[in-house]
Amino acid sequence: MPLRLAAKWALIAPALALLLLLFITPIGWFIWESLTELGSLEEVWLETQAVLGSRAILGAILNTNGIALTVTVMVLVIGYPLSYALSRARGLAFSLVLLCIVIPYFTSVIVRTYAWMVILGRNGLINQILLGLGFVSEPVDLLYNRTGVIIGMTYVLLPYMVLTLYAAMKAVDQRLLQAAEGMGAKPMAVFAKVFLPLTLHGVTAGSLIVFILALGFFITPALMGGPGDIMMAMLIEREIELSHNWPVAALMTIVLLGITLALYALYGRVSDKAEGGFAR
Amino acid sequence: MSTSTSQGVRLEAVSKTYGSETVVRDISLTIPQGEFFTLLGPSGSGKTTTLSMIAGFTLPDGGRIHIDGKDATRAPPRDRGLGMVFQNYAIFPHLDVFGNVAFPLNVRKVPKPEVAKRVAGALEMVKLTSFEKRFARELSGGQQQRVALARAIVGHPPVVLMDEPLGALDKNLRYHMQVEIKEISRRLGMTVIYVTHDQEEALTMSDRIAIMNRGSIAQIGPPREVYERPGSAFVARFLGEANLIAAKREGGALRGAGGAWFEVASDRPQAAGGQVFVRPEKVSILPEGGAPSANQIAGTVRHTAFLGNVVRYEVTLPDGQIVLCDATNASGTVLRQPGEAVRLGWQRADALLLEA
Repeated sequence: MPLRLAAKWALIAPALALLLLLFITPIGWFIWESLTELGSLEEVWLETQAVLGSRAILGAILNTNGIALTVTVMVLVIGYPLSYALSRARGLAFSLVLLCIVIPYFTSVIVRTYAWMVILGRNGLINQILLGLGFVSEPVDLLYNRTGVIIGMTYVLLPYMVLTLYAAMKAVDQRLLQAAEGMGAKPMAVFAKVFLPLTLHGVTAGSLIVFILALGFFITPALMGGPGDIMMAMLIEREIELSHNWPVAALMTIVLLGITLALYALYGRVSDKAEGGFAR
Repeated sequence: MSTSTSQGVRLEAVSKTYGSETVVRDISLTIPQGEFFTLLGPSGSGKTTTLSMIAGFTLPDGGRIHIDGKDATRAPPRDRGLGMVFQNYAIFPHLDVFGNVAFPLNVRKVPKPEVAKRVAGALEMVKLTSFEKRFARELSGGQQQRVALARAIVGHPPVVLMDEPLGALDKNLRYHMQVEIKEISRRLGMTVIYVTHDQEEALTMSDRIAIMNRGSIAQIGPPREVYERPGSAFVARFLGEANLIAAKREGGALRGAGGAWFEVASDRPQAAGGQVFVRPEKVSILPEGGAPSANQIAGTVRHTAFLGNVVRYEVTLPDGQIVLCDATNASGTVLRQPGEAVRLGWQRADALLLEA
């Protein structure tokens, strides 16, 4: 039964009010305060040029997008087969796999990051195994560099991809796969010509979610990355805490928020299309 | 995917069991090339499982399945070279009509120009030319059905399986499609194995019907034979309205309630009695007077249903049994009203004695 417009607004209102009070107002206020500090519009324009021309800031923007993209690809490569297994699993196997996937959700960021340090450190588990087996002659650096950041973020963001893909895969009509097989398609063809296209909207949606979330990452790159892995959120924090340069922080916030909102708009369109397009 | 030099389909003592339940029990069938063969039965009778075993989606626990002269009992579905129309059509939502119909050819690596030619031919046959670019969501139920049909025949398979393909269509459209499917199957000389629970559909379309009940074949034969000469009360009832009038053998004659006696075309002389089977449309209301003879019963009209071309009377016999009589609404017909006493009669040739 479709809800009346008023009823819809009444249902959304509490969440909207909360967002307005705790998110939109402070951000708006922060940006306004920071930029008015500069005095005139001309000053704001000059500052904007300075920010966009700064190598450190441009580097952070590129880093952030590069890391987010790599993580998204990694999460997709690991998540797609995992989601498929999950969509096929039943009973205990299903519960166990699901549990393993959502545990990072429920673990404190700090705890799971330190757990990674134990595993990835120079004297960590992986290096001991590699050394013990004679694959390497001295420890491999898996922490405090790009590799560490990617590993840590991939792990944290995997559940978002898996749950999105799982939903898309569960929605695939099994009879279509059977029909394809009956029409002479080999298993690879059933996958490539039917299953993959029918779950592609899940791939797009999951990738966008992961990419958007990755853009704003702060703690993981700060703890597991090196000096070359400065992401935007880290730089913003630094401008506020260390440099007390609020206008620069505000301008960077606008850039980050702009990229994020643009991607959200894209995500909205993709999920709308998926709902309307393949509805049975 | 060869053309019509095929040998049809043969099932030898095929069985399927799920847990402790035998869904299909020892079914043997021979379906010659070019025959329109229907598996008819109520839900749970095993007809869909049987079809699924022929398709290869379900493996039998016992018996052998031969398709086109080759043992296909354990062959995967893709190697059986069958055309299939599924109950829900199974139109791929991400492909347009052309993509759907071309699918069986594309996965078999048929060259592109050949694909285009064959798809055009199949779409023409189901009257969907110019719909190539549409997607399933832009098609009506009847059009989706046609896409499914075109996709099943596009590779010229010798055998096409159809699982309740018309179940979701409204009555008019269904009749239309019945005629069309029949017409196409005849033109292409394909063997069709058709599953339905709709007896009218089975009678209209089939060369032969196998009526299934609880995993076994109750009777097999051409439509008219199974309709007019049912071998059991189950088949008699399943294929339409049937009068089954209790009769006892007394001194060689079959006697019913109220002094009636019956003569039947096919008797079971050993039996001490049974049920006299006669279809309602073979029963007529007799004029007043006239000498009593075999196959006449007296009763009271309980209900009169005017159905347009036919008037259906429910007549109560002295012992409480109800007999249906379908009288054609010919010119000058006088409707009998409930409460009226009537005499009913039928020809010996139209009656059978069935097991009680």
